[in-house]
Amino acid sequence: MASITIRDVKKSYAKSQVVHGVDLDIASGEFVVILGPSGCGKSTLLRMIAGLEEISGGEIAIDGTVVNKLEPRERGCAMVFQNYALYPHMSVAQNIGYSLKVAGVPAAERTRRIQAVARTLELEHLLDRKPMALSGGQRQRVAMGRAMIREPKVFLFDEPLSNLDAKLRVQMRSEIRKLHRRLNATSVFVTHDQVEAMTLADRLVVMNGGRVEQVGTPGEIYNRPASRFVATFVGAPAMNILEGTVELDGISLLGGSRRLAVQRAGLAVGAQVAVGIRPEAVRLVAPGTAGALDATVDLVEELGAGRVIYVDLDGASFSVMTSEAVHPDPGSTVGLRFLLDDMHFFSSQTGTRLEVFKASVPEPAL
Amino acid sequence: MEKRVTFSSWTIGILFAVPQLLLIFTFFYWPAGQAVYWSLTLQQPWGGGNIWVGLDNFRSILSNADYWNSITASLVFAGISTGLAMFIALVLAALTDRQLAGSRFYRVVLIWPYGIAAPALAMAFRFILAPEAGFMAVVNQVWPGFWDPGLNGADAMASIIAAFSWKYIGYNFIFFLAAFQAIPRSLIEAAAMDGSGVVRRFWDIQFPLITPTIFFLLVINITESFQDSFGIVDIMTSGGPANATNLMVYKIYSDGFKGLDYSGAAAQSIILMVLIVVLTIFQFRFIERRVHYR
Amino acid sequence: MVERTPILNFVTHVILFLGFLMAVAPFVIVAIASSHNLKDVNDVPMSLLPGSDFWLNIKTAWTTADLGPKLLNSFIMATGVAAGKVIISALTAFSIVYFRYPGRTFIFWLIFITLMLPLEVRIVPTYAVVANVLSPYQTILDLTGLSWLIEKVSGVQVSLSLGLLNSYSGLILPLIATATGTFLYRQFFLTVPDELTEAARMDGAGALRFFIDVLLPLSRTNMAALGTIMFLYAWNQYLWPLLITTDQSHATAVTELKQLIPNVGGIPEWNIAMAGTLIVMLPPLIVIVAMQRWFVRGLIATEK
Repeated sequence: MASITIRDVKKSYAKSQVVHGVDLDIASGEFVVILGPSGCGKSTLLRMIAGLEEISGGEIAIDGTVVNKLEPRERGCAMVFQNYALYPHMSVAQNIGYSLKVAGVPAAERTRRIQAVARTLELEHLLDRKPMALSGGQRQRVAMGRAMIREPKVFLFDEPLSNLDAKLRVQMRSEIRKLHRRLNATSVFVTHDQVEAMTLADRLVVMNGGRVEQVGTPGEIYNRPASRFVATFVGAPAMNILEGTVELDGISLLGGSRRLAVQRAGLAVGAQVAVGIRPEAVRLVAPGTAGALDATVDLVEELGAGRVIYVDLDGASFSVMTSEAVHPDPGSTVGLRFLLDDMHFFSSQTGTRLEVFKASVPEPAL
Repeated sequence: MEKRVTFSSWTIGILFAVPQLLLIFTFFYWPAGQAVYWSLTLQQPWGGGNIWVGLDNFRSILSNADYWNSITASLVFAGISTGLAMFIALVLAALTDRQLAGSRFYRVVLIWPYGIAAPALAMAFRFILAPEAGFMAVVNQVWPGFWDPGLNGADAMASIIAAFSWKYIGYNFIFFLAAFQAIPRSLIEAAAMDGSGVVRRFWDIQFPLITPTIFFLLVINITESFQDSFGIVDIMTSGGPANATNLMVYKIYSDGFKGLDYSGAAAQSIILMVLIVVLTIFQFRFIERRVHYR
Repeated sequence: MVERTPILNFVTHVILFLGFLMAVAPFVIVAIASSHNLKDVNDVPMSLLPGSDFWLNIKTAWTTADLGPKLLNSFIMATGVAAGKVIISALTAFSIVYFRYPGRTFIFWLIFITLMLPLEVRIVPTYAVVANVLSPYQTILDLTGLSWLIEKVSGVQVSLSLGLLNSYSGLILPLIATATGTFLYRQFFLTVPDELTEAARMDGAGALRFFIDVLLPLSRTNMAALGTIMFLYAWNQYLWPLLITTDQSHATAVTELKQLIPNVGGIPEWNIAMAGTLIVMLPPLIVIVAMQRWFVRGLIATEK
């Protein structure tokens, strides 16, 4: 068990910089998920913690010891790779026990610990098989076992579930979570799958373009996204964004066709803002209802438990998620209603969250 | 592996294969069959066709000390040059695969020797290893008579081994390097995470994973040492001194075309073919293992 | 990877550098020797500083071994083999991958077996075939009694004869008669998605159209790779051209090297021999340097 401290860590290759100064504190025993689109630098950050990439600038400390110059084996981390990286010429038992063999652990002790790990992961009957003869889920387990057997200070996961089919992924997800609860080891898990991130994380780190966009609990990330990127990246279907201009007594939306009556504080008239509303925060009402927006239905996507309704709002595309038993026909008109509390405001220039708007009337009319 | 989707026209399909079939029939199967026929017959000195002699040609070859000498020389040549070329190439490829500064440069240059025609490099080595000029001459100045491939059979053998190995280091290097690079990077990284250092990783992970390539190259090198050695022998030693470098293909050539003993040469060809086929079959058994790893 | 292995790194650099020296030394020595005059080249030790007779030696070697026409012959042969291989192998591979005719497996094995036996080991009978390339067919006609039948029926005596000694066809054709390229294409064709074939069919393309419009353009890298290695392979041939070019007019540059081996009597003209060697080495070296990528890829793909 160990804490990890990351201070202004940078990574650059000959031509480009991929990580631009990341700061992060991971507490002992915490399960941290780094989420971001591909190429955002999340894997590079993980590999720098592991010692698989040189650190170009800044400092990484594990348990208070700066590890920048330490070799991977000296850092006390274990890693589960995306493609499992099982040694194809070794049996499952040899794969799991390899680190102990390298460390010079006597054979008897090794066998005992391999057995123990295999029991935990229900791999006992597979110990003599080669990785080739295993299914995807079994290989995943062996990779986990190989990481577990060393009782490392830190577990690192590099998109370990992305090669599994959907059903197995859900199952492995909960197993990883259970395992963490039992071992309580500090874990860093990298993924581009937001559902995986939300379900696993104690704390979520959202990265984009080599920078950390936001750090917080899954709830915080979902409810108070710190930037327009986080707002649109987390949540499915993605948050609706309407571009607007700050005016004296509110925000003009949709090229001036609608106005949002809110009080502004500290923003100049004419400033560009983006107003975000999650599809699941929109309520459908009868067309013409006071305080609601009328929109034309474009398309309805049936999800079984609910449906996503895509509407045309004065030329802008807008999605609504509903679980109510409403089935509007394409071409029909519906009313949309949402509360100010459900709205998120972002600067159009910087993309950062703005907390400067308050309702000027109890229920702002659009 | 088979295609699921195919074209149905038989005639067009067969037509596409016809040029190749004609070629291999004329220049491969017919001559191979001819060799078998010749090896079992004896040509009449004054024409009048061949007479059937059964295995007599083989018997006379196998009871000939010169032939056994040729086999021994070929095996010595194959063994030493294969070992040398493979070992050096393996070391160079493993080190190049570490991708330190300059590895890209080595990757380019170390391949060059393989592109050179055997007779051309034989000429170069004939000069470099000449006893009276070149570089071994320096050694001869210090210890007179130390080195003379023209008179000493062992020196001549060493010369053709040096020339052949030089060329095939380049060849083996290409395959070893490709094999090393085919090992997923994450395997090496996983081993590093497991606490394994560079040397240990080589023996535990990389070496076991390239064994199929080692077997493959072993067979190819031996086969090539039987055939590609011809130009080297012809330019450097002409089989001498005293038949010390009279390798099998060279002997087939000199018996068949200089001695005009077609039947004897054909029988020797058959023996060589069988040898190579056995080696190739041996190799196919290991291909299964290679597939197994992937 | 973060790794501190200074000693190992040092050793690595030293060994690789030695490897580099070993690889280039013969080239360098040949080049230097070909720049010396007769006395300097026989000096012990030979000076590693280039002399001034380079062009003179090149010219002498060029005329002594008549390298101009010989290089042209080499070039024609190498190009012929490369082109022939690239075309014929593609046709054959298409046939065995994309069709299901009876005997296909048999044909596959017929071709596959040719991988095993290189030309050198069946050199004697191949020579006899090339002397009269139609002799196999004559023999078949004779043995099956067909020649007798034809003679009876038409009164024509069948006597097929077409000698290929001292001809470009004789140099080229036997070198094409192996399966190397066929398997390169086969491996590649097997990776071409079936959907592509289906799509082409939906678009109304038949086998021939599909081959020309889809498969061949996709095979361009394979063609480059195969062409490169076959060019080098053919250029470097020695035994075969030596045998079948009894007449100087079709000899190749590589076989002519033998003319330059210094005589036993007198001071050996190593400078001329090395100049000739350099000329013969250079074309394949240039091809390797220019086509390195294709060369390596082709080599690995054809052998596996």
